[in-house]
Amino acid sequence: MLEARNISVRYGPCDVLREVSLSLSAGRMVALLGPNGAGKTTLLKALNGTLPVAEGSVVLDGRPLAELSRREAARRVAVVAQENETKFPVTVLDFVLSGRFAHGGAFGWERAEDIAVAERAVADCDLQNYATRLMNQLSGGERQRVVLARALATEAKILLLDEPTANLDLAHQAMIFRLVRGRCDAEGFAAVVITHDLNLAAEFADELIFLHRGGLFAAGSAEEVLSEANIAEVFGVRVLLDRSPASGSVLVTNVY
Amino acid sequence: MKRANYIFLLLIAGLAAALAVAVSVGSESVSVFSPDEQGRAILLDIRIPRVLLGACVGASLALAGASLQALLRNPLAEPYLLGVSNGAALGTLLAFVLLGDVAGARPVMAFAGAAIATIAVYQMARSKAGMNVERLVLSGVIVTTFLSSVIVLLTSLLDAARLRGYTFWLLGDLSQATYNGFYLTLAAAVAGTILLTSQARALNLMMIGERDAFDHGVEIGRVRIIVFGMASVLVGTSVAASGSVGYVGLIVPHIVRLVVGSDNRLVVPMSAFAGAIFVVLADTVARTAIAPRELPVGAITALIGAPLFIFLLRRS
Repeated sequence: MLEARNISVRYGPCDVLREVSLSLSAGRMVALLGPNGAGKTTLLKALNGTLPVAEGSVVLDGRPLAELSRREAARRVAVVAQENETKFPVTVLDFVLSGRFAHGGAFGWERAEDIAVAERAVADCDLQNYATRLMNQLSGGERQRVVLARALATEAKILLLDEPTANLDLAHQAMIFRLVRGRCDAEGFAAVVITHDLNLAAEFADELIFLHRGGLFAAGSAEEVLSEANIAEVFGVRVLLDRSPASGSVLVTNVY
Repeated sequence: MKRANYIFLLLIAGLAAALAVAVSVGSESVSVFSPDEQGRAILLDIRIPRVLLGACVGASLALAGASLQALLRNPLAEPYLLGVSNGAALGTLLAFVLLGDVAGARPVMAFAGAAIATIAVYQMARSKAGMNVERLVLSGVIVTTFLSSVIVLLTSLLDAARLRGYTFWLLGDLSQATYNGFYLTLAAAVAGTILLTSQARALNLMMIGERDAFDHGVEIGRVRIIVFGMASVLVGTSVAASGSVGYVGLIVPHIVRLVVGSDNRLVVPMSAFAGAIFVVLADTVARTAIAPRELPVGAITALIGAPLFIFLLRRS
């Protein structure tokens, strides 16, 4: 579905991403891990075309991303960015409905179908009681769920999520990962999720990618990537590895 | 959607009522239904073109304000405060000084001045970290004061008898209204309403953030060119006909948003109607408050707009 082939991204003279490759196919959930400044958000922006690649190419459904119109790209790839604040009063439902932009024409008013899609997204993100609330009256975590709901409302099958659980409580962190996982399994979605929570990544993702200093450090399953040596090298911390008694997936414990 | 339709009907009825009141009231009492010869001349040659021009100028300025606010993500963006009106005023003056009465020179030069001022403010306000409220307002102040000083230089070269006329005109004055000015601003206002409303859904996303808009399929560069270009046409034609009527683009979209929310598909076209009503009524006050003398309509709009600006700035 979405492929990055040896891409490099530069800000001025600095290489912020060097020769990174990534392949995303239907049903797969990839977790992007790494310390602050490793190039995770840059990679996500390059995958979506927000940042131009200096070398290499991003290919979406067999076509170079750069050749697609913004609307075509937006119908296939949805982004949950680290949040934006608006100075204008917008209700939650209107905000989610704005995710339908790429499906409508000029002057486009939402059709019944658009409203149904948006309402499903609102319900999936546990926001039914918030539909008429104003965005600037919500807490950070609530807003983050609304932003995810809008991404789902685009009906794009590829989700790029930049720290979607950063402001969320435990229950909603799990809810978001379960939701994305469920869409991948049941509806053929594919997702790239940036997160700092190694355990959530191990629990839910099919593939984990460690980025370090703008390059790809390791990629593979949780068992392959989450080694004490890798984590010590990338994050500079010592950890203990174990298995989750609940699910059996890799469990990382920080040693303070 | 029903509620929005009612509000549209209300605005249309309100505009009709405002036009009727404005035509029937004036420093000279004239019977609208059976005017004598002098009354007919006052109505047809002076009052009606003035009232109609006022409506189009109000619509144009409110449209420009509403769309610039969404594009720049700033509820304080307004053609007058951003220096766009002064750019148009300088263009008009230059056309007058350099080209005299060449047909069409003033609106064209006004458009050019508005466009250059818009681009200048936009470039000054942009930074790597984005564009915040303060930076944009400050850039507007700098461009406005710079252009004002050039305008003062130019007007001081004009002879004293014309000076009063220009001082009035610079503050926004509809007393020189002509049918030609009305036709031109009407064409701009109608085109602006259609074109900017067609971009309203994209503006809804731009209002949240440029990256958001990009992610959702908005061709940002194209929307920016359309809004900046159309706003410059709207402000250019208005200023060429009536000088810089300030704060209309601030007050009107703000009130419309209070009533219908932030959806630009409603805010943009409704601002056009509400702006027309607002300027027609403000000009009626300007004509009658100290009759037989007149105030420039811009003085009335500024009296209302400046306190509102302070209120909005404090809240943001």
